[in-house]
Amino acid sequence: MKLPSPPVPKFLKPTPRRPGDNGRNGAPSRDGGNGGGGGSGPTVKDQAAEGAASVVGWLDERTGASPFLRGMLYRKVPKGTNWFYTLGSATMFAFLSQAVTGVMLAMYYEPDSSRAYESASRITNEVFLGEFVRGMHKWGATVMIILIFLHMGRTFFFGAYKYPRELNWVIGVVLVVLTLVMGLTGYLLPFDQRSFWATVVAVNINASGPIMGPYLADFLRAGAEFGPTTIPRFYALHMLAVPGLIAALIGAHLYLVVKLGTTAPPWMKAEKKDLLREEV
Amino acid sequence: MADPTPKNSQRKSRYTEGRGVAGAFEGETVTRRRLMEGGAMAVGGIATAAFALPALGFALGPIFEDTSRETWQDVGPEGDFNDKTYLPRVINITPDIGEAGKTTIYVRKATKSDASPSDKEQKIKPLPYVAISTRCAHLGCPVRYIQASQKFVCPCHGGIYDASGKVAGGPPVRPLDRFYTRVERGRVQIGDRFSVNSELRRFHPRDPSNHLDGLWKYLYPSRPTA
Repeated sequence: MKLPSPPVPKFLKPTPRRPGDNGRNGAPSRDGGNGGGGGSGPTVKDQAAEGAASVVGWLDERTGASPFLRGMLYRKVPKGTNWFYTLGSATMFAFLSQAVTGVMLAMYYEPDSSRAYESASRITNEVFLGEFVRGMHKWGATVMIILIFLHMGRTFFFGAYKYPRELNWVIGVVLVVLTLVMGLTGYLLPFDQRSFWATVVAVNINASGPIMGPYLADFLRAGAEFGPTTIPRFYALHMLAVPGLIAALIGAHLYLVVKLGTTAPPWMKAEKKDLLREEV
Repeated sequence: MADPTPKNSQRKSRYTEGRGVAGAFEGETVTRRRLMEGGAMAVGGIATAAFALPALGFALGPIFEDTSRETWQDVGPEGDFNDKTYLPRVINITPDIGEAGKTTIYVRKATKSDASPSDKEQKIKPLPYVAISTRCAHLGCPVRYIQASQKFVCPCHGGIYDASGKVAGGPPVRPLDRFYTRVERGRVQIGDRFSVNSELRRFHPRDPSNHLDGLWKYLYPSRPTA
């Protein structure tokens, strides 16, 4: 089976050398008359194209990227694959957008109970584009939750969780829980009345679990009451621990998707048997 | 690995020599390769544990630590309070975090009917004042006292408590928490928080949503932080 060549733009592809064209570096110029003339080297355009191609080739030779990328990007997908299959990628894009805007917000946010509210309102009211970036992070959180549940619903209703993809479903469920943890830990950070009391209620819901619940609540608050280290604790979970876990699990999730392939939608009928017989 | 020389059908020898391992020493039971594998695993495990366990303990430490200090906070002279109605007072329950560390409490003079069964058991004089915490026993929202109906009402999920703080309706699982009170040189002082069950028996402070009655209370034992 011959795999298609990578979709490199035409100008990046090295032109094969012409027969009898010895000792010349690079592709022969297409400009009339220049090709045969002795002494004149390749044009600047040719050199640029050759340089780019050789950089790509250098990387490819050392990383083996193109067989890997070809295998991943040109893998076979079943007939009937449709827009619903993009929900997972859309969720991942929402996560990436949250990661980027979150890093930017962390440059201005101060995780301290006496300064959190002021720094958050400074981001909204004073920092250039602050309102926009904070808005993207805030609404992006909602978008990510919606997308991840739509993706989960697609997987469930298309039966894509069945053998041999059960482990990918399990990883996906862990990703849903971690996404919800992101929502919980991020909600406290603006530290206004709404976020404070919502987090009080959320932590006390955790405390309602028998035996372990109160300890979990103590862990989240770093004590029996909201204290000076509660916000740093939520902040560390929100921007370091949980996103790291999510990124790692997305990697495992994607690996299994590529390895196991995707499923056809349930309304696709199997190919007719006589047709198969005909091909044989 | 299968035995490369299955000459006899007997059990494999304990000794590497007996199993035909090349370069085996006399009396050696574990191959050098196996020993090195095990050693590398053990060293890696020890190194991981050496940073992971202290880090975990560092993060979990606050669960096992009681950082609340016994403090008595002045809320005014005795003459301010009566035994008919509650007066709101603001106290500081967490130092160093500004407004978020403050909470409102409701204070009134205690009457004979406010005596707790714990007083007799612990042979303690009944508390001179009743100081009710505004932390709802459902999920911790701030309740307020409504004088006209003599009820504490929670805005979040509709918890209602009567004038003694006992549950009168809604989802709360136990009465409102209280604080220890004392009178020092004519001034009312507020001490530590305690939780009460439906008989107003005193307990170590529990989180909201934790039951203190019946068999339920065994699911929510006292914890080191409070």
